[in-house]
Amino acid sequence: MGFLTYLINGLSLGSVYAIIALGYTMVYGIAKMLNFAHGDVIMIGSYLVFIGMSNIGGEQTGVMQVVKVVVCLAVSMIICAILGMVIEKVAYKPLRKATNLAVLITAIGVSYFLQNIALLIFGSNAVSFTSIISWQGISLAGGALKITGNAIVTIIVCIIIMVALMLFVQHTKPGQAMRAVSEDRDAAVLMGINVNATISLTFIIGSGLAAIAGALLCSSYPALTPYTGSMPGIKAFTAAVFGGIGSIPGALIGGLLLGIIEILAKAYISSQLADAIVFAVLIIVLLVKPTGILGKQIKEKV
Amino acid sequence: MLEVKDLVVNYGMIQALKGISFEVNEGEVIALIGANGAGKTTTLQTISGMLSPTSGQVLLKGQDITKIPGHKIVSLGMAHVPEGRRVFAGMSVLENLKMGAYTRSSKTEISDSLERVYESFPRLKERQSQLAGTLSGGEQQMLAMGRALMSKPNIILMDEPSMGLSPIYVEEIFNIIQSISKEGTTVLLVEQNAKKALAIADRAYVLETGNIVLSGDANALMNDDSIKKAYLGE
Repeated sequence: MGFLTYLINGLSLGSVYAIIALGYTMVYGIAKMLNFAHGDVIMIGSYLVFIGMSNIGGEQTGVMQVVKVVVCLAVSMIICAILGMVIEKVAYKPLRKATNLAVLITAIGVSYFLQNIALLIFGSNAVSFTSIISWQGISLAGGALKITGNAIVTIIVCIIIMVALMLFVQHTKPGQAMRAVSEDRDAAVLMGINVNATISLTFIIGSGLAAIAGALLCSSYPALTPYTGSMPGIKAFTAAVFGGIGSIPGALIGGLLLGIIEILAKAYISSQLADAIVFAVLIIVLLVKPTGILGKQIKEKV
Repeated sequence: MLEVKDLVVNYGMIQALKGISFEVNEGEVIALIGANGAGKTTTLQTISGMLSPTSGQVLLKGQDITKIPGHKIVSLGMAHVPEGRRVFAGMSVLENLKMGAYTRSSKTEISDSLERVYESFPRLKERQSQLAGTLSGGEQQMLAMGRALMSKPNIILMDEPSMGLSPIYVEEIFNIIQSISKEGTTVLLVEQNAKKALAIADRAYVLETGNIVLSGDANALMNDDSIKKAYLGE
């Protein structure tokens, strides 16, 4: 039963990675850049939920608790979405025609900027994030297999987000515009698509989802500091590359696999070595298939 | 329909267009011919707002569109079939065509246009669910043209539609351009295949290193000695 428990915990952690990886993969697909500040937006989102949960209306029970969680999450999502949009407009948009290296360095700069802002406001001491999920979970097989409420809710939320995003990209006009811009930016302009607005929308969606990912992550791993976002950010980026950067299903597969590998490595090999094992697997996958699991071969146009 | 006045375009230190002027009247097929690097593609890209000129003006139906961003120009009635076709390779033929109608909102009008495009390009209908990247070069060119027609343009700009195609497809593409013109769409055609272009054009302009060096009736140009020598290989 131990293995099953680990597997479910791995799926739950992987679901969080997958939601974060979406932000990396969508921005990469559409703006052709790596937004390394994405992990820190998660941290900001987590602090916003933390502030909301600890300051609004005291302890609640039942339906009121759910309402409180939803309100806090919604506010955090909106603020993160605006933050993502502002980051893109201020830091990345002026570099639209600059070299990739300039954009990459800027992204790292934005990442440190957000961490330091958080240090100034919240200090460097960890705060204890109270789980947004008060449900204790279920216990199966006569108590031998316990699945926490956190794990169940995280996995379900991840599935809902993935399905919603796939429907959005396939069946709505802004979603179609995103696909067109990611395929060929100039041709998209000729179709009448506003590329700047499409890139903004991508950052808005990615950053809004980061707020959800942050709250779910901190519900399972409650020590929240200004550096909370950076390691999950890097791992989710790894997950995006793992699954094939630019691909939405790739982010899901990459995220889930990474989460499972990490938890199983922690359980059966060594908790200190777990991260090293995760990255070693990435290196091996990229050696065998450089485009990632679902990545498309980029063909040179003739 | 379209008027270009003293257009100057610079790429850094290099002057790609040195002040060209020309006009396209409603219903005409105008050919813009010239060698590699003469500035043909630059001209089209500047007209459709992909590049901004250093000076000069572009007027569409009398309206100054020089400063209007590229994505707003489609809805003013101008479509551009870019060089190298640039179809969305990972989307199906049908999705590509629907992208062409991105700026239009009436579903019935869009499906009318789709029917028309399928009438002109029956092969696209046969392949509507196939990914555009798997089509042959000639089929991709048809798709790029069909996609442009989906915006129901008054004027269509075409950049090297015959480039890299087999002779049979070249023939077919030029026939299609003629029928697009017959249905009332004005055409501005950029071509290296000067012979074919002059054969279907009403008038033509000859570009040489950023300047228009010759212009006139297409038939007259076809019999011009310097043109014969430089562009028709006779």
